[in-house]
Amino acid sequence: MRYIEPHAHMVSRTTDDYQKLALAGCEAICEPAFWAGFDRSSPQGFHDYYRQLTEYEPKRAAKFGIPHFCWLCINPKEAEDPVFAREVMALLPEFLDKPTVLGIGEIGLNKNTRNELAIFCEHVQLAADRDLPILIHTPHLEDKLKGTRLILDALADFPTLDRGKIVIDHVEEHTVAQVLDAGYWAGMTLYPESKCTPDRAIDILETHERERLWLNSACDWGVSDPLAVVKCGLAMKRRGHDAAAVDGVLFGNPRRFLEQCPNFKLP
Amino acid sequence: MPTKRELLDLHFMDARCKLIDLAAFLDRIERHPGEADFRFDALVKALPLLLSENPGRARAVLEALSDPSTDPIPAATIQGAFGAPRA
Repeated sequence: MRYIEPHAHMVSRTTDDYQKLALAGCEAICEPAFWAGFDRSSPQGFHDYYRQLTEYEPKRAAKFGIPHFCWLCINPKEAEDPVFAREVMALLPEFLDKPTVLGIGEIGLNKNTRNELAIFCEHVQLAADRDLPILIHTPHLEDKLKGTRLILDALADFPTLDRGKIVIDHVEEHTVAQVLDAGYWAGMTLYPESKCTPDRAIDILETHERERLWLNSACDWGVSDPLAVVKCGLAMKRRGHDAAAVDGVLFGNPRRFLEQCPNFKLP
Repeated sequence: MPTKRELLDLHFMDARCKLIDLAAFLDRIERHPGEADFRFDALVKALPLLLSENPGRARAVLEALSDPSTDPIPAATIQGAFGAPRA
């Protein structure tokens, strides 16, 4: 089945994974900038990372016929030191006009600190100034509910933002309704242990307005499955969802959101 | 939409497996030495939510395992999360 992987950290994955994604029907990969499992010690480390996202990964993906796009920012996990975070953010304008950059992301919160929130708001302002879409990370586990509320409150202070160009990711049963009700898109991440399982994600699809929901694997350096999205599509079929419904969630929805990004183009 | 019977055919064995795994986990913690911590307490406290007669049990469990505070904290002391709030 055809699908789009709207959130994958391919810098942490092997080239074999690109082959698996291609074989499974993946038509595009979108990679948000995030923590690579280890803190970078200098802005130069981020400069290299942004080059990897905008130059190297698109070439690696192209070998398997998959277009690769990215989102750029300094992630919240490394944004606790605001002086350091702003030095990194000063690098972003050099990269934002690159041809595969979709917007600002994945920004958000990690431990729900004051400094994380300040840097989050500065990223939102950057996106607003450039009219760029935003991809937002919500915190892990016990921090998710509080962090989602803080993020929604902070976004409310930007009344002119187009809510339809913002996706708030990693929602679960306790956060999805407030994200959708506020007019944003919501992403469900399929992880073996934390976040959503395929069956819970399908439950959410069955009980909420699904037009602004997408699925992603967020495969990275941790416990994760790069084929999680297409496996969830199979689980949808086993639960009685027809091919059109599966295609709508796995391909149509992410394409509809991502086509708001000027650089997102499928062959 | 599938019927209850069809969903049971699909998911009963998986749910049964997870239920027994959870029971075994409770036994395992009990028989080993040392003190349990806030994670175990939070998990045990959430168990009765499964028996609610109202829908939204998954949401209720997630809320029970969430930090109930509302204000940003002054600074991060760790980068990770535990899966349950410290009491």
